[in-house]
Amino acid sequence: MIGWIDTVLQGLMLGGLYALFAMGLALMFGVMRLVNIAHGDFIVLAAFLAIGVALGVQVTPVLLLLVVLPVMLVVGYGLQRGILNRTLGKDILPPLLVTFGLSIVIQNVLLEVFSADSRSLSAGGLETQSLRIADDLAVGWLPLITFLAAVALAFSLEWLFGRTPLGRAFRATSDDPEAAELQGIDHRHVYALATALAFGVVTIAGIFLALRTTVAPSDGPAYLLYAFEAVIIGGLGSFWGTLAGGLVLGVAQGIGFRLDPGWGILVGHLVFLAVLLVRPQGLFPRTRD
Amino acid sequence: MSALLKTVDLTAFYGDFQALFGIDFEILPGEAVGIIGANGAGKSTFLKTVTGLLAAAPERIVFDGRPIGGLPASEIVRQGIAMVPEGRRLFPSLSVEENLLIGGYAKRKGPWSLARIYELFPALTDLRTRPGNALSGGQQQMVAIGRALLANPRLLICDEISLGLSPLIVTSLYNTLPAMMGEGLSVIVVEQDVGIAQRTTSQLYCFQEGRVSLHGRSGELTREAISAAYFGSAVA
Repeated sequence: MIGWIDTVLQGLMLGGLYALFAMGLALMFGVMRLVNIAHGDFIVLAAFLAIGVALGVQVTPVLLLLVVLPVMLVVGYGLQRGILNRTLGKDILPPLLVTFGLSIVIQNVLLEVFSADSRSLSAGGLETQSLRIADDLAVGWLPLITFLAAVALAFSLEWLFGRTPLGRAFRATSDDPEAAELQGIDHRHVYALATALAFGVVTIAGIFLALRTTVAPSDGPAYLLYAFEAVIIGGLGSFWGTLAGGLVLGVAQGIGFRLDPGWGILVGHLVFLAVLLVRPQGLFPRTRD
Repeated sequence: MSALLKTVDLTAFYGDFQALFGIDFEILPGEAVGIIGANGAGKSTFLKTVTGLLAAAPERIVFDGRPIGGLPASEIVRQGIAMVPEGRRLFPSLSVEENLLIGGYAKRKGPWSLARIYELFPALTDLRTRPGNALSGGQQQMVAIGRALLANPRLLICDEISLGLSPLIVTSLYNTLPAMMGEGLSVIVVEQDVGIAQRTTSQLYCFQEGRVSLHGRSGELTREAISAAYFGSAVA
């Protein structure tokens, strides 16, 4: 029995990381209906930026975040303003093609710069420490912090979207870009802010990823898939839904790994397909659309 | 007195299709001007061009002495032109109060505040937490007007306010017009209902097939002249 509790608990912690992957994707899709195929690659890019900095100077992960975050915010804003805004329109294909191309470019640039080796970040010993809950039950500090970061981020994004003028502008632009423009909202700027914000989330996700495990330049598409599955399972109603989607995916994979070490990822995919079949709108769908 | 908004030989195109053929239009500060015309006469195209949703050559539209043709719509709001769009177009994801607040996004200084909008439309006070689309048509129109006023514009454009609303509600909406104009606001009223347009404005423009077919003082135009300009001389 305690074994199953442990499985679910570790699955929830893993799910926190998947929720971090998913929230940036959900944010961009929610504001401008843009599916960023390069999302996973940007997570890996952020991870490698942090790894690159860490190769040069020995600093704590928090300091790494403070260095990489501004860079990624600027990259996000510039990418949207300079490239992605031009691809948005009635046709849904151009943004998919452009971000697919970006995905390939990022993977190859990372391969050139960092080689195909897997690398990771050091958390200064935190990765081996754990919190004992019961005699046979413990949870690692790093997975726990990741999980708590995901909860905090879902809360913060909900607050931002629900309670601030910028959040109002995001929702209004999402509803009707032309009517929003007539209220003085420059949608190109608002879209760029949304992408910058999403890249902030991507940076946090990338650093937690590199702290937890090793990353290689070609890993991005797998993380895009997890993010995508978490978003669909959660539905597009709120960031709480996205968090729930990530947790469901994490627990499903955890249970799969327990049944058979080769089944973990597969069980995650099967749960995703089951949700698509039974409840295609996701667990927490948009209430009005 | 010099014009607040002036268009000079204004043309507009949808791709290769020309929708406006040389519109000359003028509105003075504090004045209400009506635009009437049948469907497809070019009224909406004219408004889209003035508000920046359609391209125009800069000097063809002059607002407060400055050329504004072709500026982005969001910039034109900042200059002081706000529109109540046809069909209201409230944001369904936003509550009534949030819909109003988003009107103040451009942060122009002026007399209008949330409190004054609730004063103007007391019916909205109890509805402030409702979603924007969970209201009756008349209430939605109040929100749309309030939203435009919160931009503290110098020129308010009302596109087909009466569409789909009962005559009683339309009358009560137009009765708020003097209160708005008391603040020195200019108003362009676009209407299919000729009677309303004549009663509420001092000048009237009639559009037909992308041209101004008639222009004069609202009180002096005869039914026959308007009818001829509205439907075209072949019918009259």
